[in-house]
Amino acid sequence: MNISYMYSLIAVIVLFVLAYVGVQLPGGEVFFGIIIPYLALILFILGFINRVIDWARSPVPFRIPTTCGQQKTLPWIKPASIDNPSTTGGVIVRMILEVVFLRSLFRNTKCELKAGTKISYEWEKWLWLFSLAFHWAFFVVLFRHLRFFTEPVPASLQILEKLDGFLQIGVPGLMLSGAVLLAAVTLLFLRRIWISKVRYISLASDYFPLFLIFGIAFTGILMRYFTKVDIVGVKTFTMSLVTFSPHITEGIGSIFYVHLFFVSVLLAYFPFSKLMHLGGIFMSPTRNLANNSRAKRHVNPWNYPVKIHTYDAYEDEFREKMIEAGLPVEKMIEPGMAAEPEEEEKE
Amino acid sequence: MFAGIDHKPSPKGWMDTPVEIKRGVACYAANPKSLETVSFPYARQWSCFDEDWQLPENWKEIISKGFRERLDRFRSVKVFMDICVRCGACADKCHFFIGSGDPKNMPVLRAELLRSVYRNDFTTAGKIIGSLGKNFKKIIGARELTQDVLKEWWYYLFQCTECRRCSVFCPYGIDTAEITIMGRELLNLIGLNIDWIATPVSNCYKTGNHLGIQPHAYKDMLDFFTDDIEEITGVRVEPSFNRKGAEILFITPSGDVFADPGTFTCMGYMILFHYLQEKYGFDITWSTYASEGGNFGFFTSHEMMKRLNAKMYAEAKRLGVKWILGGECGHMWRVIHQYMDTMNGPADFLEEPVSPITGTRFENARSTKMVHITEFVADLIKHNKLELDPSRNDHLKVTYHDSCNTSRGMGLLEEPRYVIKNVCNNFYEMPANTIREQTFCCGSGSGLNAGENMELRMQGGLPRANAVKYVHEKHGVNMLACVCAIDRAVLSASMEYWVPEVEVTGVHEMVGNALILPGETKRTMNLRSEPLPGMEDEDAE
Repeated sequence: MNISYMYSLIAVIVLFVLAYVGVQLPGGEVFFGIIIPYLALILFILGFINRVIDWARSPVPFRIPTTCGQQKTLPWIKPASIDNPSTTGGVIVRMILEVVFLRSLFRNTKCELKAGTKISYEWEKWLWLFSLAFHWAFFVVLFRHLRFFTEPVPASLQILEKLDGFLQIGVPGLMLSGAVLLAAVTLLFLRRIWISKVRYISLASDYFPLFLIFGIAFTGILMRYFTKVDIVGVKTFTMSLVTFSPHITEGIGSIFYVHLFFVSVLLAYFPFSKLMHLGGIFMSPTRNLANNSRAKRHVNPWNYPVKIHTYDAYEDEFREKMIEAGLPVEKMIEPGMAAEPEEEEKE
Repeated sequence: MFAGIDHKPSPKGWMDTPVEIKRGVACYAANPKSLETVSFPYARQWSCFDEDWQLPENWKEIISKGFRERLDRFRSVKVFMDICVRCGACADKCHFFIGSGDPKNMPVLRAELLRSVYRNDFTTAGKIIGSLGKNFKKIIGARELTQDVLKEWWYYLFQCTECRRCSVFCPYGIDTAEITIMGRELLNLIGLNIDWIATPVSNCYKTGNHLGIQPHAYKDMLDFFTDDIEEITGVRVEPSFNRKGAEILFITPSGDVFADPGTFTCMGYMILFHYLQEKYGFDITWSTYASEGGNFGFFTSHEMMKRLNAKMYAEAKRLGVKWILGGECGHMWRVIHQYMDTMNGPADFLEEPVSPITGTRFENARSTKMVHITEFVADLIKHNKLELDPSRNDHLKVTYHDSCNTSRGMGLLEEPRYVIKNVCNNFYEMPANTIREQTFCCGSGSGLNAGENMELRMQGGLPRANAVKYVHEKHGVNMLACVCAIDRAVLSASMEYWVPEVEVTGVHEMVGNALILPGETKRTMNLRSEPLPGMEDEDAE
């Protein structure tokens, strides 16, 4: 048995029980509905900012973009202005493609032995597809939830909901994003277990967010389509949270609190985990710098002088041999010349 | 070729699999004398095959302090320690993993070797959860730094060639080269290095080049090539050395001066410079002081890289040249392109490089003031400044190996191809996923070109060799061109083992063969003194 995912699964089940039972205790609704979400949000915001500041505190001493295409050199050679950007504009486009479309994952290949002896590196689109589906679905679901925190609901949100529910299946209408999110999380999980290499590198902290997000999507879907949660009651409650006049609405049901608790845990966990790749991607020096280091000097704030072997010290050592070989020298040999001088400190 | 390589990791977790240091894979420890030349700490006689590595008593403290310093100095390290999601995209991109099947050669895992210690020592979550016990540490992927862990670092950090192929595929651009560079810096703090890096570093520092060639011997070698060139072309070239007032300084890896087949590339440069001098008054000098383009300091520490690299600008300044032309080399160009100006600039005593022959302004090098020889030559060919007879290379069916560093740390892709296509008639590309930014490492870059680790080298060279074999079988390719001195040394060995029908050449060896020198006699031999196509029966006199 793989302890990494068992631990994570157990942790999420414990969280479920904690919220499901806890909310029925006296004061449980206030604790899980008001105190925990506020705390989680504060932790998320402060934690996120703190982490980004911490990264930003370390300088970028060298300009080290990973160049993935032709450099800009001679005017008649076409440069890869996005995959190997030489301008800030190019970097911005590169970053947009990376963040919005997972450009690098799109490149993925799979190294496979065919018949045990021939190797191939075929285009591998599944990781890219699952990841893209996951991130986009998550984003749409998140965006749709703004409905609970705005009054009146903005038009853009209503348009998105129309698009998301375009299949018009069932009552209430099926939102594609929720289903895709659940499916993508499941596929990403299965991929982690099935592919032996990925299973080998996976930690509990890789499974935990997957289970947690699965739990969030699952409880959300449960409320919308099956237990048919009191949506008006929920909105009254969420609006009270967002206007900082929190009060509990009676009769929303435990599943809602489980959903909210999962989200709170995710928020609180976020800044301390790999989920910070959301912020980190923007700060990666191999992606966010232009490849123009020969055209424009990049400055290292901690550049310090180092000891070098100077030409003078070199010539002192080899002068005789150099003269003999007809190589030009700075100083001719004079009688009684000093032995090797000290090496110089030089920047 | 791939029979017997198993890419399925064992069911046992990697943290529970202790490192086993194997002969044929590990490199010998550094000669203490070499470390002393450059005043590196804890120089001593030790062996990685011994149980006791004779570490300094407070080694843990040194590593911990060094780690902290590097987290504070390099955002790359800090971010790369934190944001990996272990998606596995990099797992099968490493030539060492493909060639060996050792799961700790998956780039993600190589980084996890360090990350696990980072989590334990430098993260709040790691410290809190870790304090609950060892099992809790394991859950969050943290572990204490022990001697076994240190040995594991050493073993696997010298199984990475800093080629950056994994970084191309990583959705966050996590660059294992950065991690390996940092890891090796840490190891150097407690005197753990390998001799194939430390001794070249010491030689470069003292004599200016990694083979320790003294100035007169350097000149002797080029004199020797001059004789060879005269015999082959009937023309006597006249290279100059350490000449003040020359317009341009030429710096190339010293491997080209002392080892075949690099020597033929060196002859190519000499023929080219002579041609340009005769035709256009080209004014260039070689240097015996800055006689090494390659920078083995890069495989040691940022500081050592800077100390060695400093010679280039120092010599350019002393000689009073206008700009610097750089020869064919891989990691030399990563250092020049991404580090030199930052470390040892600004080079305000030089001028923005302009080709004295075509008038082309190399705007891309206007700050660093150093131009790659294929950029320079591509420009010459484009402007029709070279008289070439590509048919002299007709016996060759050529493919081109992109060096890791010039492709992924620079983007020099079209320039060498343009030159090759103009000096030979038969050119075939290897499969798309094995060239350009996806190129495979030669297998022994970053100072791993030793003799005692031959098994590792052949494993690492396998993916490249396999792609060469493919074009050899499909198109009859018999010559592998490259723009890197380490490639020329490494690929020769790797081809001999995997694809013996294919030889290795530098791009400028082919240029030298195709170039029609003013006043040359009818050429019957190429630079290797082999008969040219159709000249097999001619007297080679």
